[in-house]
Amino acid sequence: MATHETAPSTKSRRRLFAQAAALVGMTGGLAACGGETAPAAAPTTAPAAAPTAAAAATKPAAAPTTAPAAAAGGGFDWKKYKGESLSVLLVTSPRADVLTKNQKEFEELTGIKVEADVVPEQQQRQKTVIEFTSGNPSFDITQISLHVQKSLVGKGKWMLDLNPLLKDASMTTPDLAFDDFGKPSVSYSTQSDGRMDTMPNNLDFWILYYNKEIFEKKGLKPPQTHDELVAAAKAIHDPKGGMYGFAARGLKNANVPVWTGLLHGWGADTLDPKDMSLKTTTDEAIAAATLYKELLSKYSPEGVAGFNWNECQTAFMQGTVGLWYDGIGFATPLEDATKSKVVGKVGYILTPKGPKAQHAAMFGDGIGITNASKKKGPAWLYLQWATNKANQARLLSSGGGSPARQSAYTSPDATKNLTVPKEWFDTLVASTKVGRPGLPEIIPVTEFRDIFGVALTNMISGADPKAELTKATEEFKPVLEKSIKG
Amino acid sequence: MGTRYIWFIAPAVIVTVAIIIFPWMFTIYMSLHDWQVTGARTFIGLDNYVSAFADRRFIAAIWRTGLYAVFSVTLPVILGTAAATVFHHEFPLRGLLRGIFIMPMMATPVAVALVWAMMFHPQLGVLNYLLKSVGLPPSLWVYSPNTVLPALAMVETWQWTPLVMLIVLGGLATLPVEPYESARIDGAQPWQTFVYITLPLVMPVILVAVVLRTIDALKAFDLIFTITQGGPGTASETLNIYLYLKAFSFYQIGQASAIVVIFFVMIVALSLGALALRERTRWT
Repeated sequence: MATHETAPSTKSRRRLFAQAAALVGMTGGLAACGGETAPAAAPTTAPAAAPTAAAAATKPAAAPTTAPAAAAGGGFDWKKYKGESLSVLLVTSPRADVLTKNQKEFEELTGIKVEADVVPEQQQRQKTVIEFTSGNPSFDITQISLHVQKSLVGKGKWMLDLNPLLKDASMTTPDLAFDDFGKPSVSYSTQSDGRMDTMPNNLDFWILYYNKEIFEKKGLKPPQTHDELVAAAKAIHDPKGGMYGFAARGLKNANVPVWTGLLHGWGADTLDPKDMSLKTTTDEAIAAATLYKELLSKYSPEGVAGFNWNECQTAFMQGTVGLWYDGIGFATPLEDATKSKVVGKVGYILTPKGPKAQHAAMFGDGIGITNASKKKGPAWLYLQWATNKANQARLLSSGGGSPARQSAYTSPDATKNLTVPKEWFDTLVASTKVGRPGLPEIIPVTEFRDIFGVALTNMISGADPKAELTKATEEFKPVLEKSIKG
Repeated sequence: MGTRYIWFIAPAVIVTVAIIIFPWMFTIYMSLHDWQVTGARTFIGLDNYVSAFADRRFIAAIWRTGLYAVFSVTLPVILGTAAATVFHHEFPLRGLLRGIFIMPMMATPVAVALVWAMMFHPQLGVLNYLLKSVGLPPSLWVYSPNTVLPALAMVETWQWTPLVMLIVLGGLATLPVEPYESARIDGAQPWQTFVYITLPLVMPVILVAVVLRTIDALKAFDLIFTITQGGPGTASETLNIYLYLKAFSFYQIGQASAIVVIFFVMIVALSLGALALRERTRWT
């Protein structure tokens, strides 16, 4: 019979340690954990465009110094860099779809070969930062989420200032028509020191989607104010019957734009850009958080605390939700009969008015050239093509975003080829007039979203809005102060 | 003469230094700095370690990681051992059923996570449909802070019980037949044979499975991130998720490195403990 070994010898202890070390080695290096498995993040972003006085007023960015491109002539030639190649990093989005689908047009126009890498938003943000930090990014051109990455990219001076190129008649096409870009979108693309390190590309406004069929059955009118929003959600909400009044993001981080969007109804923001002080425990901030809590804890589907945009979209497309508050870029899937049960039944309206104001939370992205690129000339040609009138009109007609160029909104081609309801287009145009940045322009914006996102999620579970916001503010304040000093 | 052998071990040494020693040394170096992605780096000694232990979210993440590991090790080990015992006996279609049983293990974790995420949906998921169809109340699964960890552990159990089964089945195949013959002659019941002969004999193998599962559970990331991203709130935020946020969302490279080092020490300690236990249960 075998015997039990009761104690390991010194030799076996050494072996134990070696085995343990080997086993730990098998874990694959914890420092490298992560990245590649992350799912695509919500399309929270969108910069851009039209004449938003409110947006312009709240922007800390310096006034754009850019002058329109030099007059015709100047030796500009689209074929100047024929035979070159470019590496472009894009975010999975309708904006990327427009560019990749029409890429051949650029290649034929310039003779430049383009290799476009399209990566989901969350991974793209990490990829850009990691590659910028390496000092040798693998791409010449990248999209930038202005509401998330602008300050960080500006601080690192990772992107090329486009102002000198815009003024160089030999490099800029005479029909660029820079004045066509709305001032708010140019301001959004401009850093506080006056550098413009991305071309304005797209704005994303938050709107309210509602199910017309449910509203008709209940005899309700589309909500125009916060009070009407709550009343409509309450009237529709019938969880036992499988019907829910309202849906919006409850998942931490993703949920912050819901709160900031509601906060705009008080004419307020979460940060005072003049002295960079947090305004997250003001009466208005608490009132907006209380409204968030009421809507999501009383009139939303069970489990909404874990909902991101995709869960909300799925529930709305199934016809089980009366109202959904999110970014404007969801019209295409909602009107797709192969995916949605609410085709033709969706109403698109402006974010309801609050007690003091009416704004549409605004996000955005731009596209720029890396400072480390050795192909800045060809890359600048790509940027000019990517943000030209035709591509901006294509973006609008696809229903996938709000172009930065004002001409897109009056383009007969764009409106004629609209693949989504006209009501959506009208709401978009109306939103451009009341757009207001949805997130503060700070470097630690992801921590802001994370910390306040946890507070908001806790509120859905019953926590007190004032206590949660106070706790979150105390937690975030030193992070913000450090980022300002550092 | 002796130096000739250096050339034989040199490739292994170079690879080890390049992919294990250097990254670890550099991680420790980064953990001693306030390391900004925009370029600024300040030596701050052990401040990152001090701030980690003063961070309630970090402490909560350690506790959650432990809880998740307990769920994700215990259930697969119990079920995997039971399944191995069944598959150790001969019965019709055993090979086919064994093949079907190990299929979850072959699936990509992210694909598994995406499918389970759909199944967990409180209103539209198939799991609540099944619960309702047998008269049980629906659950919020991963959408509630109270049920998210057990629900995630359920997915781990589904996917990794086959691995434990295969390991234990291998152990069972190597057991001597004499003790079983003696037990049968002495009139032992099947349950007594299992408890007093099979389990003690196969215990060292089960402990290998425990160590492997523990390491896997502690470093679990893809499944949790894909399904909940650490939510709702921070209810499923394990150390790896928190570490990922620190490093790749907040870009606090120094603090993230300190967490990696602390995590490394914890895993080494646990592995040593488990291996010591294995030594004590080993038959010679």
